[in-house]
Amino acid sequence: MEFEAVIGLEVHAQLATESKIFCGCSTAFGASPNENTCPVCTGMPGVLPVLNRKAVEYAIRTALATSCTVQRRSVFARKNYFYPDLPKAYQISQYELPLAIGGHVDIELDGGTKRIGITRIHMEEDAGKLVHEGEFAGAQASLADLNRCSVPLMEIVSEPDMRTPEEGGAYLRRLRDILVYLEVCDGNMEEGSFRCDANVSVRPVGQAAFGTKAELKNMNSFRNVEKALEYEIRRQIEVIEDGGKVVQETRLWDANAGVTLSMRRKEEAHDYRYFPDPDLLPLIVPDEWVKELRGTIPELPAEKVARLTGRYGITKYDAGILASARALADFFEASVALYVGNPKTTANECIHWKDAILGGKLSPETIAHAVEDRESGAISATASKKLVELVLETGKPIRQLRDEQGLTQVSDAAALNAVVDRVIAASPKEVESYRSGKTGLLSFFVGQVMKESRGKANPKVVQEVLKKKLG
Amino acid sequence: MAIAPVHEWTLLEAARRVREGEVSSRELTEALLARIAALNPKINAYLTVLPERAMAQAAACDEERSRGTIRGALHGVPVGLKDIFCTRGVRTTCGSRILHNFDPPYDATVTSMVLSAGAVLLGKHNMDEFAMGSSTETSHFGVTRNPWDLSRIPGGSSGGTAAAVAAAMCFGGIGTDTGGSIRQPASLCGVVGVKPTYGRVSRYGMIAFASSLDQGGPITRSVADAALLLSVIAGYDRRDSTSVDVPVPDYLAAAGARVNGLRVGLPREYFEGGGLDPAVKASVERALKALTDQGATAVEVSLPHTSYALSTYYLVAPAEASSNLARYDGVRYGHRAEGSAGLIEMMSRTRAEGFGAEVKRRIMIGTYALSAGYYEAFYGKAQKVRTLIREDFGKAFGQVDVLLTPTAPTPAFRLGEKTDDPLTMYLSDIYTIPCNLAGIPGLSVPCGLSAEGLPVGAQLLANHFREETLFTAAGAIERAIPLPRVAPITG
Repeated sequence: MEFEAVIGLEVHAQLATESKIFCGCSTAFGASPNENTCPVCTGMPGVLPVLNRKAVEYAIRTALATSCTVQRRSVFARKNYFYPDLPKAYQISQYELPLAIGGHVDIELDGGTKRIGITRIHMEEDAGKLVHEGEFAGAQASLADLNRCSVPLMEIVSEPDMRTPEEGGAYLRRLRDILVYLEVCDGNMEEGSFRCDANVSVRPVGQAAFGTKAELKNMNSFRNVEKALEYEIRRQIEVIEDGGKVVQETRLWDANAGVTLSMRRKEEAHDYRYFPDPDLLPLIVPDEWVKELRGTIPELPAEKVARLTGRYGITKYDAGILASARALADFFEASVALYVGNPKTTANECIHWKDAILGGKLSPETIAHAVEDRESGAISATASKKLVELVLETGKPIRQLRDEQGLTQVSDAAALNAVVDRVIAASPKEVESYRSGKTGLLSFFVGQVMKESRGKANPKVVQEVLKKKLG
Repeated sequence: MAIAPVHEWTLLEAARRVREGEVSSRELTEALLARIAALNPKINAYLTVLPERAMAQAAACDEERSRGTIRGALHGVPVGLKDIFCTRGVRTTCGSRILHNFDPPYDATVTSMVLSAGAVLLGKHNMDEFAMGSSTETSHFGVTRNPWDLSRIPGGSSGGTAAAVAAAMCFGGIGTDTGGSIRQPASLCGVVGVKPTYGRVSRYGMIAFASSLDQGGPITRSVADAALLLSVIAGYDRRDSTSVDVPVPDYLAAAGARVNGLRVGLPREYFEGGGLDPAVKASVERALKALTDQGATAVEVSLPHTSYALSTYYLVAPAEASSNLARYDGVRYGHRAEGSAGLIEMMSRTRAEGFGAEVKRRIMIGTYALSAGYYEAFYGKAQKVRTLIREDFGKAFGQVDVLLTPTAPTPAFRLGEKTDDPLTMYLSDIYTIPCNLAGIPGLSVPCGLSAEGLPVGAQLLANHFREETLFTAAGAIERAIPLPRVAPITG
């Protein structure tokens, strides 16, 4: 029997606000334990949450960029459970009435694009973390670090529209690109600002009903998500083929062992006793606010790729790399604006120097001048590369460096005549062989001329002069 | 006419005399500290008394006044706070063992407002544990006694505040009211108590019992005092999302206004049924006569969903409480059980040791009401009935300006009389609970004495943010029915 997988993903994205969702504490990563806390986020008696407007704004922008409908009224609820990293013993989270519903993102696959539905986007607060002194099993004490408590998160829940781990990976990468483009999330999976849980089930191909699903947790990279999905799909198919039944449960991905392990069964699931948080009024999002925020949505990755290929005639592959970071694509366009020439050359340069560009170490002028000088024949490709490296080292303007280093090419045929004559005169044997048919020796002569000219001669021009004189 | 002893002055009188330099804040504070020292051992209204801090504050007020600075309406006037309001650096217990050692690192908004108005903080008042009770008997720190009869309870949960005010151990205090916890003890102690509109007074730093019902409000010996004190603590607070940005009117002026033409509604449902003590009924009728004698008109109205209020309240309040009180787990502050082997045992034992029986009962009820499969039938249904109760009031206030009812069905009962029967105890709040469910303001004003000489209060209810109507009606009743302002400490 052939099986297919059904995959839905739940992404928890940290909203890139300066302060927490219900108090004024900083959200900065890497502070010393409990430095970023106050009576509100540590759940002291009598304190009250106040919603961070910026966090709502970021979530609305995400909803708009994923074609969701922003609900005029949404409600924060309390999810009640006891744990030392949860100071109020409840997490404030939108439950029955989320901020936004019914959107989608389109992913690129080998066979074209596929639309992945988004069920809902809701806002919630993060919990803290526990640090265990000593080995976990024999820990003498557990310490609570509440810095992350009340850091704003949004949960983006997809429809069960994905069928393969690759589709899952493509969806996650596309979603992350969108969030980073919107500047609402830094997309950093290792630091936990972009986390993913997966719901996976399998069913015989052709069957409409879903199989029993498992929820996978603890995958901290795109690659791990794909590997965990692959493993879990294979595991579930094996269970069924061995005559067993998949049970509904939560499973943890063990990246070292490359397996998923059962964490808790459905019957062990908590009763979270959700109810609307009486400390927060329903969140009302007026139409005018949505309209205003719609105007702030930038061009998103898919649109950008389409525009870059259409407008500049570069390949979809190159456009995809340029569009993978908004800053890189902006840099490319700024460079082309300074010197049009052949945008493909500029695209290649931008891709080659991607890290330096994203690190803010190069200006569009540098790339534009480098491309312009190359295309005009003023410098060679080798000199161009060397000059950009020098710019990175010294910070001096590229054309100043070009002149200082004397890297301008000699493209004047007349000026090269003397050197060419010298080389021909010095190599009578090779001249004879060439004239008797070994035309492959042309590169030998070019090399000799380049050497004589200390690399300044334009190889194309040298070739032409040589051919004339030898031929 | 002889001047009354210092402690018997009204808050308004005390504030005026300090302001005008007739008396120093230190003299007032000393007099009240002496009164507390003499009476608190019998009454147990204060859980914490702050003699040094209060005298230092009083000295600062006197010094500032000598330089011509007056902080605000309460400059130099000694007051107390229910031990539910967080006070920075001053132990705040909420009447519970689980917070017996809790020193908040912050002030409640009410605390800051009272202090920035210039008040001197004498101490913190006893209360039912987490404000759950109607007699102050559930306090971990012992019962408070009613200063009118020390064998009786003062009401609750703000029993400590009502007793302290009635016994002249402070010029006024701030209590909280979730289902009657200001009005019922005010009625039983013969003082004035106001439950403001939900959202009128900030809840920030006021330890939560049932978040959608809790409101802080004043308890004083006169209507004008209550008006003044409410004007100090009322107002929008950006730290409380449920507080409302509505201007605070001149309550003090309202307390002296005439009731001519005021339409007074008598909700039929509040006078039917067997639970109402005849002495209470007679006193409330006297209050009505006082109003109509001064030109108000009486109208009978109906609040048809009144009979569902108690059961609605006992789903909504415990449900919210079960979540609000979950944070007391021994991890960060407060009581922690010693010698536990692991986390779950530590949390369970901390809560088992830290909470009293009534609090546990309500956590159990609330947890059940919110459980999967029961939520709709209990909490969901209760919210719907709550809407109906609110609509009842909305309709009534289309016909009348103010409603007049009894505050409590009986005068103060004896210590221990109802502790074994929670249901009977819950009935003490039958007249006060609907007001909290509807979010409207309510006030209890003394209107008579029972045959045994125990005080009886009348409850006035008005539409949202119409506290001034309550003060106007209560002022008229107060002027027409002269009663002792300070309890004769007996029993």
